[in-house]
Amino acid sequence: MRTPNPRSRALAALCCAVLAGSVLTACGSDDDSDNGSGGPSGGGQVTLSVGLFGSFGFEEAGLYKEYEALHPNIKIKQNATQKEEVYWPALQTRLGGGGDLDDIQGVEVGRIVDVVSNQADKWLDLNTLGAQSQTSEYLDWKAKAATTKDGKVLGLGTDIGPMAICYRSDLFQQAGLPTDRNELAQRWSTWDGYLDVGRQFAAKAPKGSAYMDSVTGMYNAMIGQQQTFYYDASGKLIYDQNPSVKAAFDTAARAAQDGLSAKLVQFQTDWDQAFAKGGFATISCPSWMIGYIKEKAGDATKGKWDVAAAPGATGNWGGSYLAIPKGAKHAKEAYELLTWLTAKEQQAKLFEKRGSFPSRTGAISQVAGTTDAYFNNAPIGQIFSQAAQKMPVQTLGVRDNDVKVSIQNALNSVEAQGVKPDDAWKDAKASVKAALG
Amino acid sequence: MAAISPARLLTRGQLWRRRGTKAAPYAFIAPFLVLFAAFGLFPLIYTGYVSLHRVRLQKPDAMTWVGFDNYTTLLQDEFFWNSLKNTFTIGVISTVPQLCLALGLAHLLNYKLRGRTFFRVAMLMPYATSVAAATLVFAGLFGRDYGMLNWFLGLFGVDPIDWFNDKWPSQIAISTIVTWRWTGYNALIYLAAMQAIPHDRYESAMLDGANRWRQFRHVTLPGLRPTIVFTIIVSTIGALQIFGEPLLLQGGTSGMNGGASRQYQTTGLYMYQSGWQYFSLGKAAAIAWLLFLLIALVVGVNAAVVRYRARKG
Repeated sequence: MRTPNPRSRALAALCCAVLAGSVLTACGSDDDSDNGSGGPSGGGQVTLSVGLFGSFGFEEAGLYKEYEALHPNIKIKQNATQKEEVYWPALQTRLGGGGDLDDIQGVEVGRIVDVVSNQADKWLDLNTLGAQSQTSEYLDWKAKAATTKDGKVLGLGTDIGPMAICYRSDLFQQAGLPTDRNELAQRWSTWDGYLDVGRQFAAKAPKGSAYMDSVTGMYNAMIGQQQTFYYDASGKLIYDQNPSVKAAFDTAARAAQDGLSAKLVQFQTDWDQAFAKGGFATISCPSWMIGYIKEKAGDATKGKWDVAAAPGATGNWGGSYLAIPKGAKHAKEAYELLTWLTAKEQQAKLFEKRGSFPSRTGAISQVAGTTDAYFNNAPIGQIFSQAAQKMPVQTLGVRDNDVKVSIQNALNSVEAQGVKPDDAWKDAKASVKAALG
Repeated sequence: MAAISPARLLTRGQLWRRRGTKAAPYAFIAPFLVLFAAFGLFPLIYTGYVSLHRVRLQKPDAMTWVGFDNYTTLLQDEFFWNSLKNTFTIGVISTVPQLCLALGLAHLLNYKLRGRTFFRVAMLMPYATSVAAATLVFAGLFGRDYGMLNWFLGLFGVDPIDWFNDKWPSQIAISTIVTWRWTGYNALIYLAAMQAIPHDRYESAMLDGANRWRQFRHVTLPGLRPTIVFTIIVSTIGALQIFGEPLLLQGGTSGMNGGASRQYQTTGLYMYQSGWQYFSLGKAAAIAWLLFLLIALVVGVNAAVVRYRARKG
């Protein structure tokens, strides 16, 4: 090789600087997440870390600040991961290895059975910290789902996800459809009615707008109305013999084939953008979607959204728990924060600010009168309360989420790739088999 | 060999020094060997051990011996074969244009250009960008409904292309990201090798009346042959391990699935899905080992072809 000239030496130096820079920033960002759980322990100061996914909204609703003001010795640090399907495996890895756990961890309802039946040794029994007095305040099924057979309480509920339909009244008007929420609720009192309205919408749809965002939302809404879906009460996997699962799949697939969906994948960037751009006119709307819509659609569509009761006027989709892993450094303080965050006052506040529907009966009666200006003053308190009242007590299963995701992917392939529903159903079954192996 | 052992003629100090110089190289490379054993060899062997068990991610200590079951199920697993096919096609459509482009760029940068250093550094910038950041930006560009690329194509009356859901567009999108990231890196390697080609060869070629294209074909390319072989091998290994780009193109559960119908699920991605979505560590470990063997095989074939051609040529 030739001896390097000054220029190439400068180049080499620059390359080194760039590389070193990227290495250093990588280290730097690691540090941030590390000092979460430790915290200064001198002078009674305790830093509690809360590990969450998606948007629980505690921080946005100012709850941490409020708690810190009430408890000057507590500092709260939140580690949030946007996607649950990224959050959960990472948490599982840490639970397996036993390190770097947050004091409080969020658990999605689709995982709670796995926690209760397989991971009782990894989580604190909240009864040992006094949770007996708490569980009686909950909707019965919500508390039961987080209780093991021998009576350990492994988590306390935050929200539940009663269902409605959120729709864009301006787009409905342009398509020559009624915009009144009561009239619409009547016209789509069944899922077939919902699809009928959809076909009318599609016939005169404004350019760039589809009837619904994705048929997977509709599918989840239909499943949320079933008492039994993927597993039976004995814990046996029955999704492929359960007629209501197949019926929901077929209805959703039919909607896809009729071109009623915007063919989006939920929680993906395109989907987020479509909220603001009017990419779809309706969306199956669990209460927590209220906060999501406001965030993604922004001020431009304020007052153009509305909420109507869903077909069947009930159903549940999602909802979460807070739990304390056994490795938590400040279990007692964490428990106090956990019960405060899930107390009925805070649950009611979260509904008013973010739309997360309460799971404590005391809070549910408190929010019945709530209306929302963003949604054209829709009586969201009343609509979601009624949906919650009629909600079936669902039989949850260990791997519900894996089954759900497999079927969702199959439905996405029907709507976005034109895969035949029968083939998609076969794909879904093969995926479930690979997943549960 | 001398009749008298040299050691006898040496003083004790000299003896130590000699031993020192002999041992020094080993001492110098010891850190590498120790690190390699800890972070390379041990995980490799342990992964093999795990692959013979049924293990869940949540309880890595609770292992059940299953022998080669994980391997036999994988060989009958349609998703595994699908992932191999995707890895192969994505590998080809990312590696081939990447190396051709790199060669062309290196050739251009080998001329005396204004701001040559700037171009050289600019070319390396994508390589210094993180996969995640690059992929997220590209995913925005490739968006079906509101992406910039489809908007641009729309100006020429092209219908929106579904860069995520349609099989070939999605694989091309992924290959584009890979190509964008690695072209500059390969170009710099080519450039370095080009500068090692003696200048008088070009001069004599010029005297013979060869134009630039013929110079490139008959002087540059033969001079680069060993370098090209090196980059092909390295890129092939990289292509077989493609993972971050397909995972993050759509992100979320679609990303782990490699698209709604696994249309771009690579083997690396299927391994991740098996381990971290389905929680079957044993199966994931088996995929890892099969992938390792496949890489070894492909590199072996590569090397054999090169040796064969070298003997022939």
